[in-house]
Amino acid sequence: MDKKRVTELSIIANKVRKNALTAVYNAASGHPGGSLSIADVLTLLYFEVMNVDPKDPKMENRDRFVLSKGHTAPALYGTLAERGFIPKEDVKTFRSIGSYLQGHPDMNKVPGVDMSTGSLGQGVSVAGGMALAAKLDNKDYRVYSILGDGELEEGQVWEQAMFAPHYKLDNFTIFIDNNGLQIDGDITKVMNPTPIDKKFEAFGWHVINCDAHDFNALEAAVNEAKATKGKPTAIIMKSVKGKNVSFMENNPAWHGAAPKEDDYSKAIAELDAIIERLEASL
Amino acid sequence: MAKQATRVSYGQALVKYGIPNKNVVVLDADLSKSTMTTMFKAECPERFINMGIAEANMMCVAAGLAASGKIAFASTFAMFAAGRAFEQVRNSIGYTHLNVKIGATHAGISVGEDGASHQCLEDIALMRTIPGMTIINPADDIEAQMAVKAAMELDGPVYMRFGRLAVDDINGADYKFELGKGVELRTGSDVSIIATGLMVGKALEAAEKLADEGINARVINIHTIKPIDEEIIIKAAMETGAIVTAEEHYIMGGLGSAVSEVVCAAAPCPVKIIGTDRFGKSGKPAELFEEYGLTAENIVKKSKEAVSMKK
Repeated sequence: MDKKRVTELSIIANKVRKNALTAVYNAASGHPGGSLSIADVLTLLYFEVMNVDPKDPKMENRDRFVLSKGHTAPALYGTLAERGFIPKEDVKTFRSIGSYLQGHPDMNKVPGVDMSTGSLGQGVSVAGGMALAAKLDNKDYRVYSILGDGELEEGQVWEQAMFAPHYKLDNFTIFIDNNGLQIDGDITKVMNPTPIDKKFEAFGWHVINCDAHDFNALEAAVNEAKATKGKPTAIIMKSVKGKNVSFMENNPAWHGAAPKEDDYSKAIAELDAIIERLEASL
Repeated sequence: MAKQATRVSYGQALVKYGIPNKNVVVLDADLSKSTMTTMFKAECPERFINMGIAEANMMCVAAGLAASGKIAFASTFAMFAAGRAFEQVRNSIGYTHLNVKIGATHAGISVGEDGASHQCLEDIALMRTIPGMTIINPADDIEAQMAVKAAMELDGPVYMRFGRLAVDDINGADYKFELGKGVELRTGSDVSIIATGLMVGKALEAAEKLADEGINARVINIHTIKPIDEEIIIKAAMETGAIVTAEEHYIMGGLGSAVSEVVCAAAPCPVKIIGTDRFGKSGKPAELFEEYGLTAENIVKKSKEAVSMKK
């Protein structure tokens, strides 16, 4: 991908971050930290990789996406808003009574959401079922899913980790958002899921380690996954929780806490500054 | 009278109605020889998916298949379908209202020798709490086969409850199954016995005994526990003024509760609930029925009590 495209995607990703924070700020609840860490991969998927059409969200041969770490719905809604699936101003209704933007994604309410998630471990299993359906029907759509690294502590993840290679689901790619933090702190101290790459390798996956905030690395990983035959791919993305908001970065306190007005303004100002700088470089 | 376990009917119906319908896929968690999905597997291996011993993953993979246009039959023992995978069923199948059909076999104490760990007596209660979940508990072979067909034709989640034990036919070959409609098998004006599953046969037996004693008992088969046929229940309450329910399930949350909810709100009358009140245990099914009061004799006894409570 050329430098200009990387800059364009970076701008979008930071707008996604702004949308996510705006959603959480207005709701006065939600999960900013893990939303900021997946903004780049969501942007890559929805703007470069996936065959989706905002005008036809249920298009039969679309690529599917399942946010297994459903609590980071603000990032997904923020991305769907940038991509034109939902109006941007709607993110302000997140979590409020009467809004279709539920605290966790609802497939029956939000255009572009392929599966309702929120209970950790379930989304990745559902995504595996979608990938199997494509195989049964000889269809060429691909299925993507993002999991948290803390989510790997759910046993169900490993049931699916056995299943996808068993049925040779090479149309299935998962991303592990390895920001190293969960609600109670450092993942290796709460319940150590490492080494993540070796575990997935042992279960029969093609494994790629990459930087969650490097568009070229992410794109190369996705292309490698597409080229890998006979097995699913797990992309372990080293990420920064709270990415691009200085006081939220690597701070588990921002896992599930909404910013107050001061912090929200500061965060938006920081992201605006990044966007301004990127736009100037175009 | 022919005799067959409803789990066998499940396997047969999957073959009969599932094979012609190209959207049907059957999943099983390493129990295909017991749930009888092995019949489908033998005829249509390309649409049979063995999930291994992993029920949580099975329910969610079924949801993913359903979200992609399939009619997914997820099959395992009731204990693991409704119990172990409850939250997967609740969130990935119920909340999404996806087209997954849960084939839950080996329900109730009629499992017998395997004992309490495998005798699921709470599945109806659990499934009833999920909005939009249809629950069918067939009484015999033909009803079980019709239930599978009806589930296949319905768009949305269905929980089907089947037994391990061979049960006598209750319905004739011309039986018309209507989802959500109770069936009045015997008219009567003194008391109504409302039964489900293998207790329907015992209810008919009890009504015979009651007739000998001059008590005229109505017998109603409720195969669809949710949505329940309120009309037939209210009519029974108003016309007979006393009700006995009978189910191979815990006394809380099952058919007895469902009937009581309807009766309390619309036509209050005494309701005696027959079911289990504790964990099961190992033994022969007939011995267990005796010990847990799931007998025609107990239905007779409770019917008399209900009649004596009438105002």
